[in-house]
Amino acid sequence: MAFDLSHPMQLIAALAPDIVIMVGAMVLMLVAAWGSESTERQRRVGVAAIGVCVISALSIIYFMVTHASAGGGVIAVDNFRWIVDLILLAATAGTIALMLDYNAREMILPAEAHTLVLLSTAGMMMLAAARDLTIVFLGIELMSIALYILTGMNRRSEKSAEGAIKYFLLGAFSTGFLLYGIALVYGATGTTNLTLIGERITAGQVMSTPMLFVGIGLLLIGFAFKVALAPFHMWAPDVYEGAPTPITAYMAAAVKAAAFAAFLRVFFEAFGGSAVVWHIAIWWLAAVTMVVGNVIALASRNIKRMLAYSSIAHAGYILVLLATGQALGSSAFLFYIVAYTLATFGAFGVVVALGQAGEPNLNIDDYAGLWTVRPWLSVSMGVCMLSLLGFPIFGGAGFFAKWYVIQAALQSAAPQTRLAVVLVLTSVISCGYYMYVVLVMFMKPRAAAETVSDPASVGSATRWVIGLSTVILLVLGIFPNSLVSLTQQPGSYLKPAQVAGVVHR
Amino acid sequence: MTDFLNGIHYNAWILPALLIIPLVGALLVGAHGATRSSRADADANAGPARQIAFWTLTIEFVVSCGLWWSFKIGMPGWQAGVDYAWIPAWGARFSVGIDGISLMLVLLTTLTMPLSILGGWTAIKSKIHAYLAVLLVLTTAMLGVFVARDLFFFYVMWEMMLIPMYLIIGIWGGQRRIYASLKFFIYTTLGSLLMLVAVIYLGVHNRDAVTGIPNFSLDAIIASGSLTPKASLWLFGGFFIAFAIKVPMFPFHTWLPDAHTEAPTAGSVILAGIMLKMGTFGFLRFALPLFPGASMNPTVRAIILTLGVIGILYGALVALVQPDFKKIVAYSSVSHLGFVMLGIFALTVQSVQGALLVMINHGISTGALFLLVGMIYERRHTRMLSDYGGIARVVPLFAAALTIVSFSSIGLPGLNGFVGEFLVLLGTFRSYPAFAFFATIGIIFSAWYLLRAIQGVIFNKLDNPDNEHIPDLNWREIGLLTPLIACMIWIGVYPAPILRRMQASAEQVVRTVQSAALNGPQRVSTLKGGE
Repeated sequence: MAFDLSHPMQLIAALAPDIVIMVGAMVLMLVAAWGSESTERQRRVGVAAIGVCVISALSIIYFMVTHASAGGGVIAVDNFRWIVDLILLAATAGTIALMLDYNAREMILPAEAHTLVLLSTAGMMMLAAARDLTIVFLGIELMSIALYILTGMNRRSEKSAEGAIKYFLLGAFSTGFLLYGIALVYGATGTTNLTLIGERITAGQVMSTPMLFVGIGLLLIGFAFKVALAPFHMWAPDVYEGAPTPITAYMAAAVKAAAFAAFLRVFFEAFGGSAVVWHIAIWWLAAVTMVVGNVIALASRNIKRMLAYSSIAHAGYILVLLATGQALGSSAFLFYIVAYTLATFGAFGVVVALGQAGEPNLNIDDYAGLWTVRPWLSVSMGVCMLSLLGFPIFGGAGFFAKWYVIQAALQSAAPQTRLAVVLVLTSVISCGYYMYVVLVMFMKPRAAAETVSDPASVGSATRWVIGLSTVILLVLGIFPNSLVSLTQQPGSYLKPAQVAGVVHR
Repeated sequence: MTDFLNGIHYNAWILPALLIIPLVGALLVGAHGATRSSRADADANAGPARQIAFWTLTIEFVVSCGLWWSFKIGMPGWQAGVDYAWIPAWGARFSVGIDGISLMLVLLTTLTMPLSILGGWTAIKSKIHAYLAVLLVLTTAMLGVFVARDLFFFYVMWEMMLIPMYLIIGIWGGQRRIYASLKFFIYTTLGSLLMLVAVIYLGVHNRDAVTGIPNFSLDAIIASGSLTPKASLWLFGGFFIAFAIKVPMFPFHTWLPDAHTEAPTAGSVILAGIMLKMGTFGFLRFALPLFPGASMNPTVRAIILTLGVIGILYGALVALVQPDFKKIVAYSSVSHLGFVMLGIFALTVQSVQGALLVMINHGISTGALFLLVGMIYERRHTRMLSDYGGIARVVPLFAAALTIVSFSSIGLPGLNGFVGEFLVLLGTFRSYPAFAFFATIGIIFSAWYLLRAIQGVIFNKLDNPDNEHIPDLNWREIGLLTPLIACMIWIGVYPAPILRRMQASAEQVVRTVQSAALNGPQRVSTLKGGE
C-alpha cells in the first residue's frame, strides 16, 4: 500500500493511528468532564484510554503487515515510525495502567489525567512520523504542554508543583532554541522538509554557510534539552522526582524514545551530509552525558532521582548511535528503546507498587530486605536493574541492547571505538548504583517490624505492568532474533544523507 | 565402553545435555519452593529440594563421565561438537565442543558441584531453595564457558556466572559479605566489559563482506588472523584484564581474599575449585590463539611471567602470616595460580600441560581444603588458628584428611600437586631458568605456610577446653572427601591417562601461537583442526 501524501485524504489515512489517539483523547475528555470526580470514574476513563491505545496499535500493525509506504512528504510512512509508535503506545498503556492504582492512592481524581497522557502521546507519535521541521515543532509542543500539566498533577505535593514550574520554564526556553534553529535552517536551505534539506546540503551549495551551522547548533541544543543530555539535563532530576511516579516512567521512557526518534531522523535525513560539522559536538555530548549521568546517579539515594540520572546516562548511550552516523545505528536505536522502555516500566512499576500515600519512603535503603516479604517484586526489580545495567540472561534484553549499540559503534564506516570504551567504562560505574538496589533488596536485613510495615498489596494493573515487562525482557534476553531482524529490515532504519568523505575520529 | 557410547550417539547430545540438566534441576527446586506456603515453611521442609539438587548434579556427573572414554586421544581439534544458529542477524551461534584443554575442566566441574552441595548440606539454613537453584544455574554457566567455541556464546556464559556467585557470597556469606560481594562484582565486571568491546570488535572485524553480519566463531577468527599488530595488542589488553582479574594475577588479586573468606563453604569451593580456572583457561583458549603476536611479544611475556612469579611468592608470603585458616587457603590460591600463569606463558608443551594439570590439582586440593575448613567452622564457628590446637586427638579422621589434603596442596611427591608443579617447572626451566628458580622457592614457602597451619590446628597442645568435645567427621563428610582424596592419589601416582588426553591440544596451542607469531600477522591456515 503506497500513500500519495500530496493528496489530503491519503495524508489523513497515513496519519490514521495518530488520529485515533487524538479523537479518542477528545472524546474521553468530554466523558471525563461530564460527571463528578471519583476513583471509579478515573478508573473507567483510564481503561477506555488503554482501549484507544490498543485500537491505534492495531491500525499500526495493519500498516506494517500491508507494507505501507509513501514517497516524499511531510510525514514518514516506514517501519521506523511504526516500531517507535508501537513502543510509545505500549509505554502509554503502561503509564495509564500504573496511574489507575497510583492516582487512586494519591487521591489524584481528575479523570482528565488519562486524556492528557493520550494527547501527549499523540504529540510523540507526530514526532516519530515527522519528516518536516514544522511537524517536529508541532509534535514537541503537543507532547510537552500536556506533560507540563501532568507533572504538576499532584496538587497536594510541593515537589510536584516545583517540578512542573521548572519543567515549564526550561521547556519553553528550549523550545525557543528549537524554533530559532528551525528558522535559521529554513533561511539557509529554503525549506523545512527533511528530505529536501538533505538533498540541498549534499548538493553542496549551502554546506558551509554560517547560517546553517548556527541553525544546526540551535536545533541540537533544543533536542539536547528535550532528551536531557548533559549539560542540558539540570531540569530532569527535579522534574522526575516531583512528578507522579507513573508520569516519571512515562517521561523517562516514552518522551525519550519520541524525542530521540525525531532527533535521529532530523540529523540523519536532513543533516547527514554535514556530519563533519556536528559529529564532534555529538561525540562530546555523548561522552559527557554518559559520565555525568552515571557519576551523579551513584550519589543519589532517592530511587526516583537515581532512575532519573540513569535515564540521562541512557540518553548518552543512545547518542552514541547518533555519533555512528550509520543506518545500523538507527536499527540499534529501535532495539535499545524496546529494552529500555520495558526495564524502565518494570522498575517504576515496582516503585509505584511499594509506595505509600504521599510517597514518604523513596530511599533505596527503604527497600532493605524486601526479598523476604515481596520475593516476586524483588526479582522483577532485580531483572530490571540488571537489564538497565546490560547484563546477559538475568538482565534479559538489556544486554543485547548494549551489545547492539557497541556493535553499531564498531561497525560504522568510521568506527567509534573510543566512544564504545567510554560506554563500557561508564557502565562499570553504573554497577555501583544498579547493583546497590539489588544488594539492598536481597542482602540487607529487613528493618525491625515496629519501624516498617509490610508493603500494601499491589494493584492488579500495576502487577500486570511489572509482570509483562519482566517476562518480555527475559524472553527477549534469550530469543532476540525476531526483533533484531525486524529492526534490520529495509524501512526500519534511517538512511543518512551522505556526501563523499566520512567522519573519522 | 566406547562402543556403547557410540551406540547411543553420546557425542551428539552430551554437551547440550550437560548445559540443560542443571537448569531443569533449578526449575524443579524452584517448583518445590513455590509449593510451600511461606518462607519459614519452605526452609523447614527443604529436604526434598536438597535431594533434587544433589541428585541432579550427581546425574550430571555420571553422564559427563562418558566424556572420559568417548574422548579421542591424540586428536587436537574439537570433539563432541554441536552447532546451531542462535541469533542469525548478529551471527551469534550456539556452538559448543570440547578438546584436551576443556575435557578435564568439565569433569572437574561436574565432580565438584555435587560435592559442594553436600558440603553445604547443613551449613545453609535460610532461603535454601534459592541457594540450591542459584548453584544449579551457576553450573550451567561454568560449563558453558568451558565448552563454548563461539565468542558471543562464551561471553554470555562468562557474564552469566557472575550473578549467581554474587548472590551466593552476598546472601549466604559471612560477616563482611556485602562488601566482599560488591567488590567481587565490580572487579569482574570491569574486566568483562572491556573484553566485551574486544569481542565485538573481533566479530565485526571478521564480518561477512556481503551481508555485513559479524562472525564470532573462534575457529574462523583465529584462521583469518588479519589484525594489525597495534589492534591486536589493544584487544589482547581487553582480554588480558578480564582474565587477569579472574585468575587473579598479582596486582588484580585483591578481591579474592575477601570473596573467598566471606563466601559460604560451597561458594569458596566453587570459586577456588572452578571459577579461578576461568581466567587461565581463557588465556589458553582465547587470548593466546587469538593474539599470538601480542602474547609472544617479549615485553608482554616478560611482564606476565614476572607478575606470575610475584604472585607465587607474594601469595605464599602473605599466607604465611594470616591468622585465619580460610585466608591462608585463599592466598595459597594466588600462589598456585601464579604457577599456572608461568606454565602457560612459558609456552612449552610440557609447561602448558603442567599448567593444565595444576589447574585440575588446585581445583581438587583447594576445594578439599575449603571443605575441611568449612566442616571445622561449622563445629566451632571460628576460623582462627589460635582458637585451635591439638585437635588430632579429638577428631582423628578430620586430622588425617586435613594432613593428606595439605600435603597434596604443598606438592608432596606421590600426591597430585607434585606432578603439575614439577611439569611447569621443567617446562619453564628450558626457556626461563631464572623464573623457574624463583618459582621453586615458592614451593618451599607453600610447605611452610600450610605446615604452620596444620600444626596450629591439629597438633601442638590441646589447650582450649572448647576443643575437647568436637564431633569427628560424619558419614556425609567422609563420603564427600573420599572421591577427592582418591583423585589426589590417582593423579599423584598415575597421571599418564590425563596427560595423554591433554597432550594433543597443548601441543597444538603451543605450535599455533609460535608459528603464528613467527609468520606475523598474515594468514595462518592450519589452526584448530575440524571435528
